[in-house]
Amino acid sequence: MVVKISDNIVSPLGLTSEENYSAVKAGQSRLSYYEGKWNLPEPFVASLIDRDKIQVDGHYTFFEQIVIKSASAAIAEAGIDSASPRVIFVLSTTKGNVYLLDKRITDFPDDRVLLGVTADVVAKHFGNPNKPVVVSNACISGVCAQIVAMRLLERGAYDYAVVIGADMQSPFIVSGFQSFKALSPEQCKPFDALRRGLNLGEAAATMVLGAKETEGCWKLVRGAIRNDANHISGPSRVGEGSYRALKYVLGDCSADDIAFVNAHGTATLYNDEMESIAVERAGLLDVPVNSLKGYFGHTMGAAGVLESILSMRAIDDNTILPTRGFENLGVTHNVKVSNTIGHTEKKSFIKLLSGFGGCNAALLFRKEELK
Amino acid sequence: MKHFVVLNDKSVMVDGVLMQLENQGMAMLNDVYRSKIGDYPKFFKMDALCKVGFVASELLLKAETDGEISQRKAHGTSSRAVLLFNRSGSLNADTKYQATIQEVDNFFPSPAIFVYTLPNIVTGEIAIRNLYYGETNFIVLESMDLHTMAEQIANAFQDNETESVLTGWVDCYDENHFEARMLIINRNENILNELNKITQ
Repeated sequence: MVVKISDNIVSPLGLTSEENYSAVKAGQSRLSYYEGKWNLPEPFVASLIDRDKIQVDGHYTFFEQIVIKSASAAIAEAGIDSASPRVIFVLSTTKGNVYLLDKRITDFPDDRVLLGVTADVVAKHFGNPNKPVVVSNACISGVCAQIVAMRLLERGAYDYAVVIGADMQSPFIVSGFQSFKALSPEQCKPFDALRRGLNLGEAAATMVLGAKETEGCWKLVRGAIRNDANHISGPSRVGEGSYRALKYVLGDCSADDIAFVNAHGTATLYNDEMESIAVERAGLLDVPVNSLKGYFGHTMGAAGVLESILSMRAIDDNTILPTRGFENLGVTHNVKVSNTIGHTEKKSFIKLLSGFGGCNAALLFRKEELK
Repeated sequence: MKHFVVLNDKSVMVDGVLMQLENQGMAMLNDVYRSKIGDYPKFFKMDALCKVGFVASELLLKAETDGEISQRKAHGTSSRAVLLFNRSGSLNADTKYQATIQEVDNFFPSPAIFVYTLPNIVTGEIAIRNLYYGETNFIVLESMDLHTMAEQIANAFQDNETESVLTGWVDCYDENHFEARMLIINRNENILNELNKITQ
């Protein structure tokens, strides 16, 4: 069984998981309206990290700095030797250093834009001798990276995995989502009748995972990745992949034991609708559903790691976090979207994600008392 | 018999047999599409990385089913995973998209290009074509490392529904520099031995 040993979140809401959790519980967000930012012709709402707050020794890109900052904290808390060959680094990101493609930026070698090269730079920073693995599976990367790490540990290929999810924003990503008409002109409203799209966000989040049960009480029980086999940029109308992933991770676990489903909940019309269908098909309509996008925006490669960490913290605190931005249900099925702080005694939750390429992922977590 | 496809911008090989082709690069892939596939017009909308991966998968699956395309997509399956690797990620699409936003006075971001700025889109294209509901994943490595690839393929079989993995290296640096090395590995096969067949 694979357990979480330590974690960290670097985001606009704080530089530790605790700071981030407290800010979320207090209903805070740094989603802001940017006009003229990066010379982009259209304004946008996003959650961006203050560049001045992140400093790491060495010549690293901003993306690498947030990755190193987050991973350093989690590794230190875990007390593991990051230079050991029994430790593997798994990086989840969609666009990494893509901003370096801008010809005006010349302070890094050209190949630094390649995800494998930037991951190597990070692994070397920590003295790790293994080839790092970069999971780049669109917006589900953060859960896929945990599943990849989980399986390596279950098989005994390594003793510890440092799973880092991160993405930084840039004109490349913002203009792309704008061209897709996917961005909300205001703060996003997941599952709401008036939702108008997503907000983008920046974060780096890290989990150190291990295979020894005695080292942690949070277990990664089962993960699944499934494809809609339907469309490369639109979710399935029947929630096929998401439903199949949910069904697989539920296994023989009863819906009654699940405290909540932490959904992708990007606040685009199609994503939230699709998730409501998948949740209904999986028999989870009585289980509370929440989305954390209203606090952080869509942090892309970081989302799966960041949202899993905060969901664990919430259960540690017997809490179901509210869905910031949600007021009135605007999806076909009557999912129980939480919009106030709820209380729970249950110890399991499911993290759910969907992404371009028709991919979907789910991961079941369970808290058990330390032996 | 185990089938495998090895292609690059200059040649296409199926089961070790070189195809006779006149062109190179993308023109060559278009020729292969027209002569060997031909029933999937969406092919022409794909970006270069997807075209490379799609053609390789079609040739592989044709060899696997003796050319019976209808037979293999009659009903959906979740027992086959698609797990691909490369070095360049979606660099070719990224570079093309960047050109549409580089100049403030010539700013025309294109959603049709942007959608391909994720390497895993090619796994989605293969899943759609073949109605694969199983696991799809894309892993970027600094270089083609068989040990790491074998570990990740072994990983895929830890999903109880996965019985086979369509896998390999699908890299596209630009439209004149690409390669694919693809095969299907079944549960309980020696993964490293199988991978050696596409890297020799």
